Amino acid sequence: MAYVALSDAEKTFILHGVEEDFRCDGRSRRDYRPMELETGLVSNASGSARLRLANTDILVGVKTEIEVPDPLTPEFGKLEFFVDCSANATPEFEGRGGSDLAQELVLSLQNAYESPLAFDYRTLCLIPGQQCWKLYIDILILECGGNLHDAVSLAAKAALFNTKLPRVTATLLDAGITDLIISDNPYDCTRIGIDTVPLLVTVCKIGDFCLVDPSAEEEVCSTVSMVVSVSMRNGEAFLSGTHLTGGGAMHRDTMRNCLQLGLSIGEHLDTLLAKMLRQEQERVGPKRPKTVGFLK
Amino acid sequence: MGSHFELLSEQGLRLDGRRPHELRHIKCKLGVFEKPDGSAYMEQGNTKVLAAVYGPHQAKGKKTESNDVVINCQYSQATFSTAERKNRPRGDRKSLEFKMYLQQSLSAAIKSELYPRSQIDIYVEVLQADGANYAVALNAATLALIDAGICLNEFIVACTASLSKANIPLTDISHIEEVSGGPMLTVAALPNAEKIAFIEMSERFHIDHLETVIETAMAGCREIRDILEAAVKEHLLHMGSAADWARVG
Repeated sequence: MAYVALSDAEKTFILHGVEEDFRCDGRSRRDYRPMELETGLVSNASGSARLRLANTDILVGVKTEIEVPDPLTPEFGKLEFFVDCSANATPEFEGRGGSDLAQELVLSLQNAYESPLAFDYRTLCLIPGQQCWKLYIDILILECGGNLHDAVSLAAKAALFNTKLPRVTATLLDAGITDLIISDNPYDCTRIGIDTVPLLVTVCKIGDFCLVDPSAEEEVCSTVSMVVSVSMRNGEAFLSGTHLTGGGAMHRDTMRNCLQLGLSIGEHLDTLLAKMLRQEQERVGPKRPKTVGFLK
Repeated sequence: MGSHFELLSEQGLRLDGRRPHELRHIKCKLGVFEKPDGSAYMEQGNTKVLAAVYGPHQAKGKKTESNDVVINCQYSQATFSTAERKNRPRGDRKSLEFKMYLQQSLSAAIKSELYPRSQIDIYVEVLQADGANYAVALNAATLALIDAGICLNEFIVACTASLSKANIPLTDISHIEEVSGGPMLTVAALPNAEKIAFIEMSERFHIDHLETVIETAMAGCREIRDILEAAVKEHLLHMGSAADWARVG
């Protein structure tokens, strides 16, 4: 994680702010920082999204490939996550410096997406046992301003929403060989259902209190945080994975509170993201507002 | 010459509709990120590059031994930047080669005597690759260095050029023209001093044409220099208007 130097006095100030439910930037413990979200920016990718959460900047590109499904799960497609911590974010990421953080993010995403109830792998299957889609979700971290887990999962979900898979038709040839015909019309495409796709919510413990969306400075003050992955199904929030990060330990009661907080925040976040993505999809042509970020 | 496709149509237009000496559309922005000391975003056609500069700061490790400035570059390309997915963002031969070339060109531009025993980190990230990646990366790095307030002798800009079958020189080569198999020349220059800091050529053309192709690339460099200069001035005016500098303009 990017290194932030804080003195003891500054840490105490942050700690007191959290106790008063009035954090340094004026938020309460349950508030998120402002976000910017744009989709469809990278023309070489099948789907893409850029998310800026205060100072955290994430660019996600989704690439597709056709592969053979695993023999154990012949009806499932494949997902592969890749995180690259760009040295633009901090010089410590130069060379292989960011690989530990990248690995941690990949593992928590893989955990969250593992259950077929959280992500419907069947929609990625073309011919059971023979052909399936493999999606490469490539995540590029351009700037670190705290709360990477949440930002990465939001951006990944938005990029999956934006992903267009070309329509594929199969014809049966002699000897049981199937031939795939991939539509070359860019508008003849299918989308991926993202209703149940999980979001990660980091619940950070500072002093005796739990809060969400920690800034880089708050992350330094916390000894332990809990990453809760929330998947929505039929309007109900389900837990699709969780793990602790940081060096500290947590009491079981605190953990239960963290999970509850994570689930309720995740539910809210998911509703807002879905609403935003719907708006983004509807605003096409001249109605589309000018992009806000640096791209385009 | 080689059996490459014709790069120029009968009407004198290129594959993407440009005229022979026309640049692709350039868009650039300084100061896109807060954490680095300087950052810039540059777009030339469909090639999109981000650059960040950290420093000058104390040189780390072994590098402290020498008295000179250490210019440390990294060139990486997002895995989704090309049509075919890349397996890793950096560490392949092309990236290492570009990193070396960046170091070489930028050393020529930075006023190194002002930064003894210091290190300047320049990180370049290609978000979308559509030809002339090195040239756009270098131009973005120049802007980021300016944003970081590092003294340069002058703008260092790079441009590519090629030659059509009918021996008409072409400026600013796109990816499709690159892979069509024509020759390609990359020049990094200090346009005011008319100095060339770096030159690279692939494929081949007759030595008689070399002079004209270099001149085409240099003309492209001058044109890009003007665009970058305008962007820097606009950025400064924008930033400075808060401090009442705008009137000086």
